[in-house]
Amino acid sequence: MTRLALRRLLLATALALPLGSALTGQALAHRTWMLPSATVLSGEDPWVTVDAAISNDLFYFEFFPMPLDGLTITAPDGSQVAAQNQSRSRFRSSFDFQLTQPGTYRAAVTGDGLSANWREGGQPRRWRGTREAFAREVPQNAENLRVTLGVRRVEFFVTRGAPNDRALQPSNEGLEMVPVTHPNDLVAGEPARFRLLLDGRPASNVTVEIVPGGNRYRDAVNDQKVTTGADGLFEVRWGGPGMHWIGASVRDDRSGIQGVQRNASYVATLEVLP
Amino acid sequence: MRFLPSLAIGAAVLPAAAGAAELNVTIEIPTLTVAEYHRPYVALWVERADQSAAANLAVWYATRLRDNEGEKWLKDMRQWWRRTGRELRMPIDGVTGPTRAPGRHVLRFDANSGPLANLPAGQYNLVVEAAREVGGRELLRVPFQWPPTAPHTAAAQGSTELGAFSVSAQP
Repeated sequence: MTRLALRRLLLATALALPLGSALTGQALAHRTWMLPSATVLSGEDPWVTVDAAISNDLFYFEFFPMPLDGLTITAPDGSQVAAQNQSRSRFRSSFDFQLTQPGTYRAAVTGDGLSANWREGGQPRRWRGTREAFAREVPQNAENLRVTLGVRRVEFFVTRGAPNDRALQPSNEGLEMVPVTHPNDLVAGEPARFRLLLDGRPASNVTVEIVPGGNRYRDAVNDQKVTTGADGLFEVRWGGPGMHWIGASVRDDRSGIQGVQRNASYVATLEVLP
Repeated sequence: MRFLPSLAIGAAVLPAAAGAAELNVTIEIPTLTVAEYHRPYVALWVERADQSAAANLAVWYATRLRDNEGEKWLKDMRQWWRRTGRELRMPIDGVTGPTRAPGRHVLRFDANSGPLANLPAGQYNLVVEAAREVGGRELLRVPFQWPPTAPHTAAAQGSTELGAFSVSAQP
């Protein structure tokens, strides 16, 4: 199959899916991300504008807007901030928020969804949807039925003035990153350390992929893979300054639903300054 | 007069010193031939060997904009911002001031007052960082010892946003 034809097929497949499922598009090798206009800010009450998209190339909106259902913005004091000017265009979603407090904000899109594969009358069937729709729409005794609960978190951090840690506390649900190095204190020459947690416990032996943005203007992807230690810790040595995508996922059987696997995924966009 | 513990240390190290130790700093802001020129934001601070900030000596930024809007670009002096700026509340009496025109600016600091009064004895760098709207950024550092035991001069030369930078330390 030609590359173009493959792309068309992938595109058709993805577009045929319900919107919520686009976030689990990892299987299609697309990356989900949110890109803030800045991560380190000064001044009184600055604003941040965010693009959110699903794409192959980073950080270019070229494929699909990222759904913003399940978006929460946590302020430095732990309170919730409302996203403003939300919009969805052909290739990206957008929103703004204002940093009325000094300290670190976390913006995260979290959620889950079920996907199922089975055979019916000799034909493969695929289904994606909510837990509620699952019982109604998927025949529980179907042939070769395989069901996965996708639990995801896609996030980034921005800081006005001095960083703080209040908004970085884990929810202890799904796959999460707890910074050891503050995520808004990343500099190209200094290694950064983070800890992955799965349901609040250290997630060991998990592969974390780190991809620098800007691959449209170079030949190599320049991605790195590191593996978490027994304590869930991993260290990143940045190839240079810029926006970086980091992602990881864990597959287990802790979906809470009989016979259903879980795929817990984590994505963050981190800015590394020169 | 306030009791200054660091002065007592300085006096112990330098029993012969009669006057107050001082630093004379020259910062040159180059004249640039560009279509759109804005005076640079400039920060001058004292850095320890581990690059942490020991004292802020000067911060020049757009202090006169409405609603303190000039503070929005302080983070563009990104080394200063990371090391100390982000922890500060602007303006700072005796440290912050408006941006300055191209030319040589001479600043004098001594052990009797201001940011050097509480600086513990040690080996430091003096760092200057300039960031210009629609322009670039440049950082220079020169070493000095505090308090100085003998007259000492150190200089560095900028190439884009800064010109000559020098410190002259007098015991």
